[in-house]
Order: sequence, then C-alpha cells, then structure tokens
Amino acid sequence: MIVEGRVIKLGDKIDTDVIIPAKHLKYTNPEYLAQHVFEPIDPEFYKKARGAVIVAGKVFGMGSSREQAAIAIKAAGIRAVVAESFARIFYRNAINNGLPVIICPGISREVAEGDWLRINIETGEAVINNVKKVMCKPITGMALEILKAGGLLEYLKKLKNY
Amino acid sequence: MGKSLSEKILERAAGKSVSPGDVVEVGVDIVAFHDLTGYHVIEVLEKATNGNIRVCDANSLVIAFDHLVPPPDVRSAEIQQSIRSFVKKHTLKNFHDVGYGILHQVLIERYVVPGQVVMAADSHTTTSGALGAFAQGLGASDIAAIVLTGKTWVTVPQPFKIKLIGSLGKWVTGKEVALEILRVFKADYFNGMSIEAFVENPTAFPMDFRATVANMGIEMNADALMFVPDSETINFIKSERGFEPKIITPDKDAEYVDEYTIELNKVELLVAAPHSVDNVKSVREVWGTEVDYVFIGSCTNGRVSDFEIAAKIMKGRKVKSRCIAIPASWNVFKKCLELGYIQTLVESGCIVTYGTCGPCIGGHFGIAAPGEIVVSTSNRNFIGRMGSPEAKIYLAGPAVAAATAVAGKLVEPGDVM
Repeated sequence: MIVEGRVIKLGDKIDTDVIIPAKHLKYTNPEYLAQHVFEPIDPEFYKKARGAVIVAGKVFGMGSSREQAAIAIKAAGIRAVVAESFARIFYRNAINNGLPVIICPGISREVAEGDWLRINIETGEAVINNVKKVMCKPITGMALEILKAGGLLEYLKKLKNY
Repeated sequence: MGKSLSEKILERAAGKSVSPGDVVEVGVDIVAFHDLTGYHVIEVLEKATNGNIRVCDANSLVIAFDHLVPPPDVRSAEIQQSIRSFVKKHTLKNFHDVGYGILHQVLIERYVVPGQVVMAADSHTTTSGALGAFAQGLGASDIAAIVLTGKTWVTVPQPFKIKLIGSLGKWVTGKEVALEILRVFKADYFNGMSIEAFVENPTAFPMDFRATVANMGIEMNADALMFVPDSETINFIKSERGFEPKIITPDKDAEYVDEYTIELNKVELLVAAPHSVDNVKSVREVWGTEVDYVFIGSCTNGRVSDFEIAAKIMKGRKVKSRCIAIPASWNVFKKCLELGYIQTLVESGCIVTYGTCGPCIGGHFGIAAPGEIVVSTSNRNFIGRMGSPEAKIYLAGPAVAAATAVAGKLVEPGDVM
C-alpha cells in the first residue's frame, strides 16, 4: 500500500484541541468536520489540505480521545500523517478510520514544506522528491489488518463474532 | 524475573503470559462513555450491526453525562436524549444522568477496583489508575468494538517506576507532583510506557492526590499511570463502598525500564504556563501576572481536598478575579456542602455548580474571551482549550488557584493570608 502527496509541515505536540476544537464535537459528519480542521491555528487550512501528507514532530494528536480529529484530517483530503511519534489514542483513531499514520523518527529534519513524499506503509520505505530514501516504521499487526479492511467498522463487519 | 503491575494485570486479562511490546487481545472489565463521546459510540454500534446492537456485557458498561451538562443547546439535549433511549432499550443499570458527576470521578467512587482493565471513550480515563487499575482512553470506534465483543487489543507498555518519598510541603498537592513530572520529563517522554507509582508512606499521598496525578498521566502521554495499591487504596474503597478489595501488586523483582524518585518535600508550587502542559514554571517566575478568570474543578482537581484547600484560603476573603468552582460529582458537592466549603466559596464570590466538564473543554459554563488570562485547576492549556484561541491558560493546583482568585493576580497562598 503506497501513499504519497505534497508535504505540509507541522511541529511537535500538535494536540487534538488544535486539530478540531471541542465546539465541533457534537457532530460526526466528515464534510462538516473537514471545514474546521486545524481551525485555531489556521482557519483556511482545509483549503490547502486535499492530496497532501502531513509531516509532524513528536506525539502528534496528543490530548483528547475525540475521534473527530482523525475523521476531520481524513475528510479534508490528507492522505497520510507521518510523524516522529504519535499519541496512542490518536494513532488508533486514525487507523480505525482508514487514515494511514506512519511513525518516522527523524523525518522532520529530512523533509521541507512542499516536498513530494511517497511511502510504502508495509515496508516503511519513504522517498522524498523521487530521490532521497528514508526508512520509516512499517505498519504491522492489528493496525495493518484494520487499515487494510478500510477501518474498524469494516473490520468489525467482517468479524461478525459478536 | 518478576512482573510489573501492568504486566500482571494484562496477563490476567489476556489469559496468557505477556511482555512489554507484545500486542495482545484483552478482556475489558469496565467499558464506559459520556454524553459527548457516547452518541458517537452508539452511531458506530448502529452502523456495525445494521441497527441490531447486542451489548456484550451490560453490567460492565458505565455511562455518565458530564460534557454537555446541563445541556447548553438543543443539539446537546438531543444527544443526551438519544443516549437515554439507548440506555432504556438495553436496560442498562449503570447509567448516571445530568448532575450525578464527571465520568472519571463516578468510576473511582463507585465502580473501579484494583487490577481491572478499564477502557473509556475519554482520554482522562487514566484517572482510574489511582486505584491500581490499567485504565486507558480510547476513541468512539474502539469503545463500540468493546461494547460488542468485551475485548480490545493493547500494546503491552514498557513499565517505568516512580517513587514518591517523604511528605509534601504546605499547600502542595497531587497537581504539583503531576506538574513536577511534566517539568522533568516533558510531555512526550512516557509515550509507550506505563508509569507505576510507588508511595513510600501511603497516608502522605491520599487518594484525591493520586487521582490528580493519574488523571494527568495522559498529559505525560503515558499509556497508563497506575498507583501501586496499598493501605490507602484499601481504605478508600472500604470507606466509599463498604468492602475490602483484593489488591494486585508488582512482583518484588519486577523489571522496569527506568525509575525516578520524587522527594515530595522538595516539590514547589508550580504552574504550567501557556500553551503547553510541560511549560512548567514555579509560581515565583510568573508572580504578579494579572488574571481575569479562575476555574477550580474538573476531573483533575474537583475533589473534596481541592475545595478544602480553596475554602481555607478564601475564607473571609472576596475574590478579585471572577471565579467558577465545580466539584466533580454530586457526592463531592454534598460532602463539600456539609463541610461548609461551598458556603465559603459562595460568600467569597465564586459561582459554584456541580458535575460538568463545560469550562475545561471550552464548551459552556465559563468560556474565556480573546486576550483573557485564565488560571485553571484542569488538565490542559492548549490553544483554544477553554474558548478563544487568544486566551492564555495557566494550569495550577487548588491553593495557587484560590490565592490567585483572591489577589486577582498569580500569587502563592502566603501572599493573601
């Protein structure tokens, strides 16, 4: 499974209140949430999001358990989030909603805003601007199974053991 | 080689031997959600089952309304209405409607016992770690899967030992200890680890303080934060629920990735300055900062000891900053009422209500305006957390918050008493 896109860079410790403020959590509609993604730091963010890959620093998605954070990023058209590390709950929420999240220590130093990043999520091999190769951590195990099924909902439907 | 507390709990829940780094399926003892995540959980349940939801174990499911309490608008009221229908349809008995309390407080007051696996649709589920449970927050979909199957997958965390020795100085509480851990390690250090806290002298660090530290475990990005059960744990459950719990403790020769000792008497009065939980400073460093609004409450610091401290400082004094105080549950509210703390806070000029997350999440009941400076005993000071992205939030313990409300600026209790 290959994901690729133009890089949007963000810093360390991007929290879920910044990704989607609590005032929007009374709804789960992806199109609505997409329009408010990253609203506190850039109300126009969603306009540049489609087709992009977010590259961020440490513990991306820290804070609340709000699944809308992953839904909003995916619905805005972001193809993947690549970060030095992820907050545990956000990581699971992203996988559960079919948003590829790739752990890639050192990636912030390697890529610049606007670069083209392509990643094979099963091998972890990443290529920057079709030239430079970087190794990220592959997605494996349960996370890969759920992602391949298209998210937890589809995975649950397949299981049908409840 | 011995096992840590997290490994022992997860081994029991997985029904097999586990080691840090393993991804294992575990049985969940308590699954819970509140109103703001609950409707989302139910949406996922309906989609996953085509509307034919079968709750795996109704006894293990706990629901408490807290985020939209009391409902500030029609949509919030509608969300609660839909969850009430779900409760009725599935005859769920562990349901707590508007006004009973914040979910995490309700869980430690009534449900959680040491050694359980607790999973709830809210990040501050770590709070139940105060009782020595393995407690984690999860998103709505993961919680829906547990409601249907009774199980989930976890990565067994690397255990990290923190020892708390000695006793705390005057006005210093669990909040300052949580902030001290964030000051030393920063917010990303414990990612993938479970913190196991050992208290040298159990009575020197009571359950309320443990709940605050465990609550802030999520701000440390720890997979879990658990206090190793001791006499304080047993006494708390005995006095709250009238029975003596069995406890699970780590093996004496358990192996930890590392350990750190906090000498409690050396912990100072601290704040987390805007806009990060690990931007920790001593009160002296920010002394005199003018403050518009003080919030005392939340699942972090909305317990009896917090209001006891606030009342001691506010007694006979008027607040200069506007002040909103919210005991975390009906139970806490009632105790504070009986002890006279509510009267003291009201006479000082605070607005007092109970059992809502409103101000802490920037939802309602006390939103910060652009440019305002807030001192809050809650858990997060992220941009926009309590309302306007242009507001600035300082996180503090109850003593600093109460003294600040009285002075109208960031001070220590000694400055107003």
